Amino acid sequence: MVRSPEGEKAMLGNILGVLFDGIAYGSLLFIIAVGLSVTLGLMNFVNLAHGAFAMLGGYVSVMAMTKAGIPFLAALPLAFIAAAIVGVVLERTLYQRLYKASHLDQVLFSIGIVFMSIAGTTYFFGASQQPVQLPPYLQGQLHLPGLDIGTYRLFLICIVAVLTFALQYLLEKTRFGSQVRASVDNATAAAGLGINVNRVFALTFALGSGLAGLGGALGIDVLGLDPTFPLKYMVYFLLVVAVGGTGTIKGTLIASLILGVFDVAGKYFVPQIGGFVIYALMVVLLILFPAGLYGKKA
Amino acid sequence: MSAVTPSAAPPAAIAVNKLPDGRLRPLEIAFWLVPVVLFFVLPDYRVLGSQILITGLFALSLDLILGYAGIVSLGHAAFFGLGAYSAGLLAKHGIADPLIGLLVAALVSSLAGFVISFLVVRGNDLTRLIITLGIGLMLYEVANKAGEITGGVDGLSFTSGKLFGIWNFDIGGRTAFLYALAVVFILFLVARRLVDSPLGLSLRGIREGGKRMPAIGAPVLLRLRTIFTIAAGFAGVAGALLAQTTQFAGIDMLGFPRSAELMIMLVLGGTGRLYGGILGAAVFMIAQDYLSGIDPVYWEFWIGFFLVLIVLFAKGGILGGLETLRAWFGPRGSGARSGVRE
Repeated sequence: MVRSPEGEKAMLGNILGVLFDGIAYGSLLFIIAVGLSVTLGLMNFVNLAHGAFAMLGGYVSVMAMTKAGIPFLAALPLAFIAAAIVGVVLERTLYQRLYKASHLDQVLFSIGIVFMSIAGTTYFFGASQQPVQLPPYLQGQLHLPGLDIGTYRLFLICIVAVLTFALQYLLEKTRFGSQVRASVDNATAAAGLGINVNRVFALTFALGSGLAGLGGALGIDVLGLDPTFPLKYMVYFLLVVAVGGTGTIKGTLIASLILGVFDVAGKYFVPQIGGFVIYALMVVLLILFPAGLYGKKA
Repeated sequence: MSAVTPSAAPPAAIAVNKLPDGRLRPLEIAFWLVPVVLFFVLPDYRVLGSQILITGLFALSLDLILGYAGIVSLGHAAFFGLGAYSAGLLAKHGIADPLIGLLVAALVSSLAGFVISFLVVRGNDLTRLIITLGIGLMLYEVANKAGEITGGVDGLSFTSGKLFGIWNFDIGGRTAFLYALAVVFILFLVARRLVDSPLGLSLRGIREGGKRMPAIGAPVLLRLRTIFTIAAGFAGVAGALLAQTTQFAGIDMLGFPRSAELMIMLVLGGTGRLYGGILGAAVFMIAQDYLSGIDPVYWEFWIGFFLVLIVLFAKGGILGGLETLRAWFGPRGSGARSGVRE
């Protein structure tokens, strides 16, 4: 999963390097998956199409950079806004019809969205990997004593640290956050207290989709970007949410970091079994914590 | 509540107050005569026909756990692939008799299903989704990495032995079609008996009200594990059939797209009705045969599009739609959707 060929040789030379890479990778998973965690936790909606919003963000930023010449950092908010807008439109028109539907219906519906997004993206942009040109100040390495770290990966980790605090603040300290938490705990009672639960749902969905879009744009250099993106990483996002427990930011963050580190370590130290490590880890974690690390009761 | 359903009702709609008599109804006999007639009328389509029958069996196995027990699985292709590779490896290493291959495939995949069922049944829907998805991907990785045994991405080519030591698997699909039809029909009868048995009834009870079943003394987890194991065995037989008739076991037989397509076929036909899977497989694969020739990308788009439409507007798929129609035009109280309301 970790691309960046010139970085790999030097950086993965030791365990600290793997750890650092894993944390950077996990941070990306967190940005993308936190929205899914909220959708699942708040609205109890199994949205397998979450990766499609990440892909959308990725393509928006690539197009903004290559076609419109917008710099990388300015393209990131665009990715967020585009994914959030598409998210809220889809939520109002389609998703909200299925909040009360069975999980099977939600799964089928979102797989349908995944297939359409893959076919649509292939139609418009072709099946090949999209390149990303990082600005010079984010390329290259920082040389610390005994450890070389990639500047871009450090950048990712910093963004996630800031985002985590911002999200935590938003959910714990603001009026909107209280409304979200009230709706999570009991939508009926929250509506009875005059909270516009539908609006809270729509805004939360937009926020989650937007974050996925941002993650997709940030992740092009690490995860790659091609039309099969939503399918390829679907299991990772689901894993993060299932292992972390739905609807918790802390759980999602910790699960993302654990899975990121183990995935990178597995692929680096035992490449012959590759992706196997993360699935084995998943089985173990789900046996030990059926409702996730920080899950509310299922 | 419901009156005895008319004779054309699918097995799922048999009213509770009537013991299943196991006899095929006229419409069911007509249904099974269709492939027999097509065998003679359309000899050029025997290969496609055999694949439809096999995929229908595969969809039927998913129906057992999804339609009857309510377990949403995203990795059912794991068992299909296990069966395919079991039969393939067996034939490759000297034991080429197809029937022995089927038996071994059934044993291997139901054993795997039994082990995995312990993980699957205990969680909620989300955990089940991820466990089944993860196990499917895990097996895919194994088949991919164990290239010396499975042939990796190139797949495994082998030669099937003669059926009963007499009939070769010919290029026109004559043996393949009849072999598939016979096996699928026999297993269909088994499944049909199964869903009307006390096991099948208690599964429907679990699907409709998981909390009440323990209260009346039903061993919920045991029941779910049983059906999961059986369904895995069915899927393994379907995989073995496909491998034997095409003389090839490929890594895509294990992949997620196959599990997803399978689910699409099943909901297209209608879940919880036994015939839904077979009908859905037929419609899906015939459409695929026509449309994907035009452009595979469009095909994927249309699958997604129709999936969304089915979920939003056509719950119950083709058979569900037919039942609704019959309820409109049929006599009153004929038990429309009684399969759901029992």
